[in-house]
Amino acid sequence: MNGNIPILKIGTTLITTVHVELDDAVADAFQVDVLTTIEKTGAKGLVIDISGLQIVDSYVARVLTETTRMARLMGTHTVLVGMRPEVSATLVTMGYAVEGIQTALDLERGLALLGKRLQ
Amino acid sequence: MGTLGASQNPTVVSQQELQITREDDVSVVRRAVRQVALARAFDAFASAAITTATSELTRNVWVHAGGGRAIISELMDGPRSGIRIEFIDKGPGIPNLERVLRGGFSTAGSLGLGLSGSQKLVDEFTIETATGSGTRVVITKWKPY
Repeated sequence: MNGNIPILKIGTTLITTVHVELDDAVADAFQVDVLTTIEKTGAKGLVIDISGLQIVDSYVARVLTETTRMARLMGTHTVLVGMRPEVSATLVTMGYAVEGIQTALDLERGLALLGKRLQ
Repeated sequence: MGTLGASQNPTVVSQQELQITREDDVSVVRRAVRQVALARAFDAFASAAITTATSELTRNVWVHAGGGRAIISELMDGPRSGIRIEFIDKGPGIPNLERVLRGGFSTAGSLGLGLSGSQKLVDEFTIETATGSGTRVVITKWKPY
């Protein structure tokens, strides 16, 4: 782990809560941490909670989207949860296309969605 | 270069200039703008919009020009309060500006939403660029009533 964002393992699911501001270097380190943790644990599911993020710019959006695609290539389903209303509005206003990424309102709903996907 | 929707004569209440000399300065400038938005009691949406636009434009200065500066001003225009940020670099300029402003065009392997997206997030946006001598972008966001 070279980042400072903890990744918890519960059963075959990884849960990570982004609680610090993601500057570019932290975002890149987070991506590496997530992928190496998937490899080590063989997790089937991943929930990324971004409810702590007040800002998601195009760089962070790209890292998050790419991380879910990379996880998918490794056989892991990802659900992105907790996006704040102002973050959602900002990304859509900018023209960010939210494609190929599963989302849920909060952690509880994200885990439920993941449970259905993994059945 | 036209100035769309510019206000007549706002008063500058405060001003700070920040140098952009390393990647970490993207966060530094972003935080400074967020502080001003909080001080001016911008709502979460307006605050996220101006802070995100700042993040994009500061990163542009760093990635494309290797550095520059940002001047953050608090404005009053009658009863309205606003934030204006000026991004100045002496980089290579943007030769294909129209293409870049349409969005989805990137030379840096990113989403290509930096300039076009920032423009959509603010109330006023002006850009002056000259190949070989640099770029100056000015954005303004007014506090919603």
